[in-house]
Amino acid sequence: MNLIAMQQYLDFAFIAAVVLFILAIKWLSSPATARRGVLAGEIAAAIAVTATLFNPDLVQFKWIIITLIIGAAIGIPLGMVKMTAVPQRTALSHAFGALSAAIIGIAEYYVGVPHVTRFEMGEIGLEVIIGSLTFTGSLIAAGKLQEILPQRPITYKGQNIVSLTVLGAALALAVVLVVNPNQPYLFPAMVIVALFFGILLVTPIGGADMPTVISLLNSYAGFSAALLGFVLNSKVLVVAGALDGSSGFVLSVIMCKAMNRSFANVMFGAFGQVQASSGGVKEDRVVRSASAEEAAAILLAASKVVIVPGYGMAVAQAQHKVRELYDGLTKKGIDVRFAIHPVAGRMPGHMNVLLAEADVPYDRLIEMEDINGDMSQTDVSLIIGANDVTNPAARSDTSSPIYGMPIIDVDKSHTVMVIKRSMNPGFAGIDNPLYYLDRTLMLFGDAKAFVTNIVKEISSGH
Amino acid sequence: MPPDFISNLYVFILAGFVGFELIKRVSPLLHTPLMSLTNALDAIVVVAAIIICGRHETALSTTLGAIAVAASFSNMVGGFFITDRMLRMFKSGKAKS
Repeated sequence: MNLIAMQQYLDFAFIAAVVLFILAIKWLSSPATARRGVLAGEIAAAIAVTATLFNPDLVQFKWIIITLIIGAAIGIPLGMVKMTAVPQRTALSHAFGALSAAIIGIAEYYVGVPHVTRFEMGEIGLEVIIGSLTFTGSLIAAGKLQEILPQRPITYKGQNIVSLTVLGAALALAVVLVVNPNQPYLFPAMVIVALFFGILLVTPIGGADMPTVISLLNSYAGFSAALLGFVLNSKVLVVAGALDGSSGFVLSVIMCKAMNRSFANVMFGAFGQVQASSGGVKEDRVVRSASAEEAAAILLAASKVVIVPGYGMAVAQAQHKVRELYDGLTKKGIDVRFAIHPVAGRMPGHMNVLLAEADVPYDRLIEMEDINGDMSQTDVSLIIGANDVTNPAARSDTSSPIYGMPIIDVDKSHTVMVIKRSMNPGFAGIDNPLYYLDRTLMLFGDAKAFVTNIVKEISSGH
Repeated sequence: MPPDFISNLYVFILAGFVGFELIKRVSPLLHTPLMSLTNALDAIVVVAAIIICGRHETALSTTLGAIAVAASFSNMVGGFFITDRMLRMFKSGKAKS
């Protein structure tokens, strides 16, 4: 077979892969067809990789085989992590994706020197800058989620100016390289500055903003792959990158809307660092607390219960106990549903995956907009490890940092029960007036231990 | 401006629109698997890494290509694997009873 005919066969294989990519995402839209989507994606990947191995340009296979094996050896354990570790695994995979896009761009540059054109340099420069900053930014995000790094925002005075100056320096170096592309000693400087900017970009961002940041890094990783497709003139990369990039972008928009904040505010606002006590006057307000026995009695007297899970449930690993509570109440004929806020947890959809792992049927997991209308007919809402997403100050207190954020209207239910370690304000340091309402009962303790006690009370035959 | 750039731009814009419309329809229930699946699809950069590595032009390009093959293939394998694991966990109440 001559080389041109061979190239055409490879193109057809890539077109088939692209069609399957689109079908994969289409099928993922509902749980009934989602696994078929994964299969379509796997077939696409297998076709594309196999076709590539027949590329006539390849002259040496030793390192390809060895590194494919290494890749599989890293990928399989990363595919087996616990569901609570999924956010950091996702951040790590954004880092790997961006790393490979960036270093392929770097390799392409050095192969091209001294014949790199200005146009090629422009493409490579942009691609390598985005890939590099996404790599280090994602590593920092993964470190924060794994709690190797502090989750609180790390800030200093003049931070945004420093960060933007560093980004400006990376772009300036790229411009210098475009003017005179073949300066192989200057290229690494651009890469290092871009890597440094990625660190500066994510370090100040707090854990509560991780759903948006992970989505945004997802988007950057996708767009760097699409740009690499431009550099290499590979349409399959352009399509895969555009799909991944737009997916991350749509998710970031959804996350920002769910917090009523702008991209700029998430990236440069350092949410929750120093919160001046909102409202000002701190009168001695009373909270009422209850024991597990009392909580169980209240739940058993209810006919409609809504459970609101948050990051605290994930931290306490309480999802399996929560499922037992769900089972116990359902057996007694009580209607139990879960209210899922879009930014509950550390990444989009985090709570759904944790509860699905614990075998809660997915038709019991209700999105915020769909459940809020029913909250006034709800007898008991039980909040487990969620705070800001239930804070009524978001509706009424214009001075609150979360004012305008859509919340789950738990304060409209007849009784509110909040499982919480203590009265310390939550992650973002914002006081929650919900705790001082007459209808609210505080259940002080570890989420897992407290739910376990409630389950014991319920099953001991009340 | 190379002619390939324009055709790539067409493809990019059209794929971006298709992606935008498809992602909007994905149930929020599945946003975590969505992210891991698109991540696995994005790992298709492994094909570029294989070519850079296997063309064996310079020691530098082969080394960088080799690192890229390992990094992107781990994403591909791990991404599909964990997405399928997550989706297997989603069961409806009707199917259970």
